Amino acid sequence: MKLRVDYRASLSLVGTVLKYLVAPLAFPVFVALVYDETVVPFLVTMVVTAGIGVGLERLRPDPDIRAREGFLMVGLTWFAVAVVGAIPYLIEAHGIPFVFAPLHPESTLANPANALFESMSGFTTTGATVLGDISFDSHTRGIMMWRQLTQWLGGMGIVVLAVAILPELSVGGAQLMDAEAPGPGIEKLTPRIAETARALWGAYLGFTVLEILLLYSLNVFGVDPAMTAYNAVAHGLTTMPTGGFSPEARSIEAFSAAAQWIIIPFMIVAGTNFALFWHALTGDTERLFKDAEFRFYLGVMGSLTAVLAGLLFVGAGFVTQAPVDGTFDAAYLAEFTDRIVMQVEPSVRHAAFQVISVVTTTGYASMDFNAWSAPAQYLLLFAMFIGGSAGSTGGAIKIVRWYVILKSIRRELFTTAHPDAVRPVRLGGRALDERAIRGIYAFTLLYLVLFFVSSGLLFLDAVRVDLTISVLEVMTVAASTLGNVGPGFGTAGPMGSYLSFSNLSKVFMTFLMWIGRLEILPVLVLLTPEYWRR
Amino acid sequence: MRVIIIGAGQVGSSIAADLDDTHEVIVVERDPSRVEELNYSLDVLAIQGDGTAVSTLEEAGIDRAGMVIASTDNDETNIVACSTAKAISDAFTIARIKNTEYLRTWERSEKAFGIDFMVCTNLLTAESIVRIVGLPAALDVDPFAGGQVQMAEFEIPEDSPISNQTVREADRFDSLTFAAILRNGAIEIPRGETVIRPGDRVVVIGSPKSVQEFAQTIAPDESPGTAEEVVVVGGSEIGYHVARLLEERGFRPRLIEQNGDRARKLAEELPNTVVMESDATDMAFLEREHIGDADMVVAALDSDEKNLLVTLLAQRLGTERTVAVIDTTSYVELFETVGVDVAVSPREVVAEEITRFTREGGAENIALIETDKAEVLEIEIDDASVLSGQPIREAVGQLPDGVVIGAITRNREFIVPRGDTVIQAGDHVVVFADATVVDEVTAKL
Repeated sequence: MKLRVDYRASLSLVGTVLKYLVAPLAFPVFVALVYDETVVPFLVTMVVTAGIGVGLERLRPDPDIRAREGFLMVGLTWFAVAVVGAIPYLIEAHGIPFVFAPLHPESTLANPANALFESMSGFTTTGATVLGDISFDSHTRGIMMWRQLTQWLGGMGIVVLAVAILPELSVGGAQLMDAEAPGPGIEKLTPRIAETARALWGAYLGFTVLEILLLYSLNVFGVDPAMTAYNAVAHGLTTMPTGGFSPEARSIEAFSAAAQWIIIPFMIVAGTNFALFWHALTGDTERLFKDAEFRFYLGVMGSLTAVLAGLLFVGAGFVTQAPVDGTFDAAYLAEFTDRIVMQVEPSVRHAAFQVISVVTTTGYASMDFNAWSAPAQYLLLFAMFIGGSAGSTGGAIKIVRWYVILKSIRRELFTTAHPDAVRPVRLGGRALDERAIRGIYAFTLLYLVLFFVSSGLLFLDAVRVDLTISVLEVMTVAASTLGNVGPGFGTAGPMGSYLSFSNLSKVFMTFLMWIGRLEILPVLVLLTPEYWRR
Repeated sequence: MRVIIIGAGQVGSSIAADLDDTHEVIVVERDPSRVEELNYSLDVLAIQGDGTAVSTLEEAGIDRAGMVIASTDNDETNIVACSTAKAISDAFTIARIKNTEYLRTWERSEKAFGIDFMVCTNLLTAESIVRIVGLPAALDVDPFAGGQVQMAEFEIPEDSPISNQTVREADRFDSLTFAAILRNGAIEIPRGETVIRPGDRVVVIGSPKSVQEFAQTIAPDESPGTAEEVVVVGGSEIGYHVARLLEERGFRPRLIEQNGDRARKLAEELPNTVVMESDATDMAFLEREHIGDADMVVAALDSDEKNLLVTLLAQRLGTERTVAVIDTTSYVELFETVGVDVAVSPREVVAEEITRFTREGGAENIALIETDKAEVLEIEIDDASVLSGQPIREAVGQLPDGVVIGAITRNREFIVPRGDTVIQAGDHVVVFADATVVDEVTAKL
């Protein structure tokens, strides 16, 4: 059999990306130096990464990327960075024989399956964690910051970043970005794709810096002493990529209401099409508020928030007693019901925070929503499938696809009454190509089928290892990893972890996060024989 | 003035026929048999040749020509002919265009293509159809003085409240003038005691509001604005522009187009129109979509026969009013006899528009009544005019019979013409004139 895909060219470009990954590794080194910690795990990772990168690059010195090589390159890049990103976790737990003693041998990340899970969860901006104990007692500050940074790097897209800075990707770049960027199709903002990539990353970086400054100002003005410089940077790095990792075990619950109110708009921004901000910054502000997807996005979040806030306000949003499995206790429940029921601001804040966090697939939590009643939880499960806008950093199905699906259903209803009517589906003022609509249907159906199959498989594996888990919990876990949301319900809740699942399940979830981030098709196409042959 | 007309198709010939008595007309045509025919039938000089060639234009005496009218059926030929003429002479150039893209380019920069005046067939036709839709009872509507004045032609129905009344009795409207009554093909200038009979066609000139009130009075069932259910049959360029202009006026029309790709393209460009892909002569389809309940059906297919068929089918199903686009000008009367309420000929519309530019005496706007039996003109009055500075009652005496002063606008304000009204220089006057006295009138005003 002769392969029709120049996999060496793809591997060579993966090598180039890995080579440049050495640069961001300097950030945790800097953090480690500031806090007087060892820099060995990062230095070793830098050497290993650079070695692999240069080695792969040699496979094909002047790679020529076409559509097929592009898919392979993007898929492999994401897998490769996740593997490399796991190295610091493993070194921290195991050390290096004869050279470097393990720092935290008790770390749950000593298990390679866990380390890979955590790294993939980071780069894909999922935010699901397998850390047993989230504190600086069991992990160094450098490692915790690396965990945050993986999300920031993955947010706007590693390949988009590569296109922005690597001149050799200028021609095939649009193809690559298309395979990686969320939503159907990319929008070229400038004639040169590298400039488009740079504009997107520029806006991304700008918002991140702004959020860090705003969060830290809370500390400076004494509003929120918990928001230290470290925490401001850590959360700034994981809001804009809709990541959800937090160095605090209690996520955003650990911070004041003011901090939560600051994070809310940044989550909204993170779930918005960045191309719109580019237009706004170049003087076309009207476009942002006229954009059909953006209005629908705000409308959906607004209505979900209103319903949920109502439930919380009247008290119907909470369970009546603490569960036996001990994810939270009666005191926690009492404290929160006390603080939220019949209180306008807390009801609205917690409803908005959770809804926006889940819709944009960020995965932060301002309270443990395991304490919520079935209707409120169900609302969040629904929200897990919505996702951010096309061209944002959010995951899941994406709001624009739902918008198109709803409009085409309305068209079906109309053409049932008027069979001869010709009705294009419009997105904003533009009529959509029928092929694009078919693609959207196919993707959404595939996504849902994959979700149901994965839930079934995870449930089977849970039975195999005698893990007690409800159907709803398994479903949220599948939806959360496939949609890169982060937390699920039950043990995998916002204050919990995915530790209790078997290694097999965790490897499968790692796979789900990987294909979920790349929107399934670019990865799935690699598994078809047609791709490799003709 | 020497006028060179390039292309002797229906439009070119009809413009030539309009101008041959007042101007020195030279027609350039490629088809030798047409050339011969024209030389005999009209008082013009027809020469054979390519209107885009400098040699042909020079042969036509372009150096002495005051105006060049390019009216072939081909847009590009017309554009090239005008630019060529502009390059070698100072003649005023007029081009007939179908493609609205060229019109948009020209509107953006009036120096474009070396064309001084561009007439877009499809757009003009669509505009005149939409005016009829806006005033459903009217046979013809033309705006004057920037829309301040409207000329409309109505047929008086049998049961109309004003039938068998005298003009004095019927004239209950503030700013409306009865300009003419057309009876059995003859034009009659109405006096106070003239009796209006059912079946008469009445030409009124007045403010748009009073014209609407008049329409409402004579045909209360078809009062303006109720034509909300408009069906456009045929997605031709004309059909497309009719739908687009109706959308702009707040209507939500339906458009029926047989070709799937064309229907899809139209649907993409017309967000407020329901586009349907079907054969409009399919009875099952027409019944299923309740075309009979439509207030108005506009047939804008590419073939005259099909337009006739569609309008007759629609009437059979119960459609109140039908408008048909008719390419062959000579069929207009026939179609209206058979039952089409209004037949619009794009060529007539274009010829009308081009003719207004070639009139002497500063006529700014013109409408032809009954093809060419009479004209309604808009004229800006200067000091030399017989109308300026004296009451209308006295001025009228110096004008020939068959002239009616319909409306006056001063500084964009509507003034009702009465016997004692004094017209000043700078006023715009809308005048109805019998074809036989038009030239005398334009010379005196």
